[in-house]
Amino acid sequence: MYTQAIDVAPATENAVRSKSATDAEFEARVARDDRIEPQDEMPEAYRKTLIRQISQHAHSEVVGMLPEGGWITRAPSLKRKEILLAKVQDEGGHGLYLYSAAETLGVNRDELIDALHSGKAKYSSIFNYRTETWADIGTIGWLVDGAAIMNQVPLCRCSYGPYARAMIRVCKEESFHQRQGFDIVRALCEGTPAQRAMAQESVNRWWWPTLMMFGPHDSDSQHSGQAMNWGIKRISNDDLRQKFVDVTVPQAQYLGLTLPDSDLKWNAERGHYDFGKINWDEFWRVVNGDGPCNAERMHDRVKAFEDGRWVREAATAHAAKQADRVQAMQRKAA
Amino acid sequence: MSNAADSKDSRGWPLYQVFIRSKAGLDHKHVGSLHASDAQHAVTLARDVYTRRQEGVSIWVVPSNAITASDPTQKSENFDPMANKIYRHPTFYDIPEEIGHM
Repeated sequence: MYTQAIDVAPATENAVRSKSATDAEFEARVARDDRIEPQDEMPEAYRKTLIRQISQHAHSEVVGMLPEGGWITRAPSLKRKEILLAKVQDEGGHGLYLYSAAETLGVNRDELIDALHSGKAKYSSIFNYRTETWADIGTIGWLVDGAAIMNQVPLCRCSYGPYARAMIRVCKEESFHQRQGFDIVRALCEGTPAQRAMAQESVNRWWWPTLMMFGPHDSDSQHSGQAMNWGIKRISNDDLRQKFVDVTVPQAQYLGLTLPDSDLKWNAERGHYDFGKINWDEFWRVVNGDGPCNAERMHDRVKAFEDGRWVREAATAHAAKQADRVQAMQRKAA
Repeated sequence: MSNAADSKDSRGWPLYQVFIRSKAGLDHKHVGSLHASDAQHAVTLARDVYTRRQEGVSIWVVPSNAITASDPTQKSENFDPMANKIYRHPTFYDIPEEIGHM
């Protein structure tokens, strides 16, 4: 599962607004750690921010099935194939939990999906990178899902009830994703030199894009402050990123892998690992559509949707036929 | 992606709320919602979406528009009056120690 602090709201949405009494009441409620439920009054900007964030999150889950889906038929054993199938099915399920949560805010699911397919909606930049080797399936689970868990655990305490509840369900399932990924990488690292090299090459490609998943630096993240005040966000992008680096470095050491950052070293004074500069130009390029395979991902997503059209039409026709039958029987009985 | 906005397929499938009984002896509990062509279809989809890890032994689906809810703006009128009726709780009453458990 994959959320990302993409922070790409239209500027107007975040324009400075005069606060009404209701807004102040609302912020006081959130400050008391009250949860907000669908029927409650909420500021329009809060509702819009949530719709954007939850739907981007849902889109990320759904697009996230694509990089891994291609490896289902090429998994190296039946065991790995079963595990990968289950994982990819989970990602689809996570997308559905999240669309369901977004809909409680009064938005229509079809509109959300249209926004994804037309390229209007964003999704996590990480899925626009290619899965070139089997090791990438391990790395995605270990690093990408690991980063996603860092992001998502605090969202289980989000002020919006339906989002928080969806995240609790997601996080329970996510841990399996990370562990199966680590298990793949570990098997490679304990294998032949060629397998170890495959794991290392994969980590070299995924490390930096994974760190970008946490979103822009706090100093450049214009929405973070508001999202914190609203209880949508609980921990800042930079703090989450640091936490991820701190837990991941020892894991890489255990595996005997190096992380591709010459500035990466323990800082005893801070009690954290220092790490190098992130290439934000690359981040924005990928988020805004010019990643290694943005177009391909959207093409595949839309094709999957179109290829499924006849199934949806058949289900609709079947439902209509069943309803007609029930009506005919009721007429007969009357 | 040209005809993604066509309305001839699933679009307009009604929304169903899903309730799962996690094991015999417990209540069905709300878990989320989904769109389906009819109620039977909703049960089938709910199985795949909400019970991939043996989360349930029984599923209910209810069309969302069949649910009538209390008015959230009436929350205080509805529920606050009960706050000062503490005599409805057993802890309101002193029971002599000699009596023991009651």
